[in-house]
Amino acid sequence: MAGSDKSMLLDPLVDNNPITLQVLGICSALAVTSSLKVAMVMAIAVTLVTAFSNFFISLLRNQIPSSIRIIVQMVIIASLVIVVDQVLKAYLYEISKTLSVFVGLIITNCIVMGRAEAFAMKNPPIPSFLDGIGNGLGYSLILLLVGVIRELFGAGSLFGVQILETVNNGGWYVPNGLLLLPPSAFFVIGLLIWAFRTWKPAQVEKRDYKIMAEEGAH
Amino acid sequence: MLNAQNSSAPKGLWARFNAMPLDSAPRTITVAVVLCLFCSMIVSGAAVMLKPQQEINKTLDKKTNILKVAGLYENGIDVEKAFAAFEPHLVDMETGKFSQAADAATYDQRTAAKDPAQSIVLDNDPAGIKRQAKLASVYLTRDAAGDIERIILPIHGYGLWSTLYGFIALNADGNEVYGLRFYEHGETPGLGAEVDNPKWMAQWPGKLVYDGAGEISIGVGKSAPAGVDASKHHIDAIAGATLTSRGVDNLVKFWMGEQGFKTFLDNLKKGEA
Repeated sequence: MAGSDKSMLLDPLVDNNPITLQVLGICSALAVTSSLKVAMVMAIAVTLVTAFSNFFISLLRNQIPSSIRIIVQMVIIASLVIVVDQVLKAYLYEISKTLSVFVGLIITNCIVMGRAEAFAMKNPPIPSFLDGIGNGLGYSLILLLVGVIRELFGAGSLFGVQILETVNNGGWYVPNGLLLLPPSAFFVIGLLIWAFRTWKPAQVEKRDYKIMAEEGAH
Repeated sequence: MLNAQNSSAPKGLWARFNAMPLDSAPRTITVAVVLCLFCSMIVSGAAVMLKPQQEINKTLDKKTNILKVAGLYENGIDVEKAFAAFEPHLVDMETGKFSQAADAATYDQRTAAKDPAQSIVLDNDPAGIKRQAKLASVYLTRDAAGDIERIILPIHGYGLWSTLYGFIALNADGNEVYGLRFYEHGETPGLGAEVDNPKWMAQWPGKLVYDGAGEISIGVGKSAPAGVDASKHHIDAIAGATLTSRGVDNLVKFWMGEQGFKTFLDNLKKGEA
């Protein structure tokens, strides 16, 4: 059991990463990674929500009628998200202002629903909880990587601490403004997926079609 | 099978419930209702319990912003203590005089601007704010002798994507700018969001809002219009953010003009506010 617990936590980091392998949860990865601090709070929030929603859904899995199972999962996830949102507003007000609507949008994060439906509905509570933590950490890893790249090259700082002195403040570094805009996260995540799949070629998906030779060509 | 179930007919509510097939209508409805009730209790419990702390954060945030525009904020200071130096007042926008119609300490101008009973619809609306609250919350600070030192006025208006909310601080003469700062906006990072850049904000202190004849002369743009002394009234627009700069220009002119605080500032100067 100990071995499988560990793999349940560590597998989603690289080998089965929800963002780079399954390409889930992209929307929030675009929106909240322009600064590292915000990305980290978002990562913690998603990890907690995934872990606890998995736990509670797994506890109830034998009572949930299959005809309304998605709605039941949504209700549990939404309640957890609202609680997280309220806690942030009370204790991390500055950050909750920057995250604004994206905390609420954790509800629609495919990773949370995906794990609830794929894992928690069929497994006991403790493994489901670990699976939630693992997948949350996989999401966090990518979020933080993207956050580091975007904040460092887009604003010259990390966690708000100036590292590269920007030209606007009398330094030498010309910040790349594009990196602070959402589309840049697409490029960064794309490059990360490329890097992961070059490192682990097993992650490359098989083509589900074959390009046919043109008719009449030899 | 049916017979077997009948012969050992389960007793008690819970046992009968458990014996129902998972997908039967009564069981589905029961699960849904119980779950919803339970979740709503958790959610409303969290909201009620954390409400006081959230309210504290909101007022603290507003006070911090007022301190920042007045140049009194440093990291880690006691906001409540520093804010005690500020006198909140309400100003009737129509008469330009202090008003006692509401409690200045708790009045929220942004909520009031959305309430038809407490606001007016603007026909001439260069700042793009649609509705203007009848009462505005202004803040005064006084020097040791009890004379007004600074006047802090709330301003807001539309930029490129968003409404910019901020404060402008004026010196006691009601003309010389002490500082300008936006605390909330959604302008483009790296371009319009440079309204937060300390170097750009540093252009404001010392500029004069009105010229000798009492006309609004302060402006944000590429260059000062003909006949305006740039060193006294001109603020350079932000490179690459023409529309945000134009928005700031419009909103400052609006709030300093007849529809804004001009009447109040005139009254204050004459001692009739």
